[in-house]
Amino acid sequence: MDSNINNFTIVDAPEGISGSGFFATSLDKAIGLARLNSLWPLPFATSCCGIEFMATMAPHYDLSRFGMERLSFSPRQSDLLMVMGTIAKKMGPILQEVYVQMAEPRWVIAVGACAASGGIFDTYSVLQGIDRVIPVDVYVPGCPPRPEQIINGILKIQDLVHNESGRRRNSPEYKELLAKYGIE
Amino acid sequence: MTPTLQNTPTDYVPVLMQAAVVIGFVVTVMLATHYLGPARKTKRKLQNFECGIEQVGNARSPFSVKYFLIAILFVLFDVEVIFMYPWAVNFRELGAFGFWEMLIFMGFLLSGFLYLFLKGAFTWDRFNKPEGH
Repeated sequence: MDSNINNFTIVDAPEGISGSGFFATSLDKAIGLARLNSLWPLPFATSCCGIEFMATMAPHYDLSRFGMERLSFSPRQSDLLMVMGTIAKKMGPILQEVYVQMAEPRWVIAVGACAASGGIFDTYSVLQGIDRVIPVDVYVPGCPPRPEQIINGILKIQDLVHNESGRRRNSPEYKELLAKYGIE
Repeated sequence: MTPTLQNTPTDYVPVLMQAAVVIGFVVTVMLATHYLGPARKTKRKLQNFECGIEQVGNARSPFSVKYFLIAILFVLFDVEVIFMYPWAVNFRELGAFGFWEMLIFMGFLLSGFLYLFLKGAFTWDRFNKPEGH
């Protein structure tokens, strides 16, 4: 491990027009770049995937290097909901409430088989996938997934954040999607 | 002519300008984020966050004065204990004088405690018990 403090990388500038003393790019690209490196996750950990998430946040895997130094336990300040673990049917409305109260724009990652599909718990009490109550952006398979897989999911989310158009959240398709879940 | 250290009110104009810039920046950024940032202000979103659970009732409901008494008594004896820590650290230096001083201090507070006890501040269910108890 190189501990040289000068040995860090800076994000590349987005595509744009540059000349002497100026650089111009589209607002979407600049905002996307800023957002993707400053996501604030809200960990919604209910079971073993949460333990894997702890490893992901710990120094060895170090999720902080993607700009996620600060976990938020209040939905008001977070824009990435990380659902990790089995969600019982009684937990469904609570999960939706947390999602609704998050800051705009918001993304959701379903970590593990349970969050994605109910996993092995094909029973009366378990929600068969959190996409029955909230829209999900990225699914991470595994039971539980390794930290590398969670990091891969995070990189996929960052891709989405980076390339999201500023108009997406106002589009009729998006509103229709939310309306499907009974969210205004 | 000798150089003198004189302050005129005009010397402070840069400070005022700095203050204006700082306050202006904060106000502008806060207004900009509120008006330009994406927001979805629905009734459900603007509700108090109670860990995802629907809120029930109002927090500002009347409650029994007994809880208030307990809280105040706790603060009283909590402060007493806080005083005892530095006293215990300096116990040897303060000697017998410090010992008696602390005893007087605790005596005062304990007399108040005794007063409350005799007044019946600790008989919680005084009004619920049948006569003769």
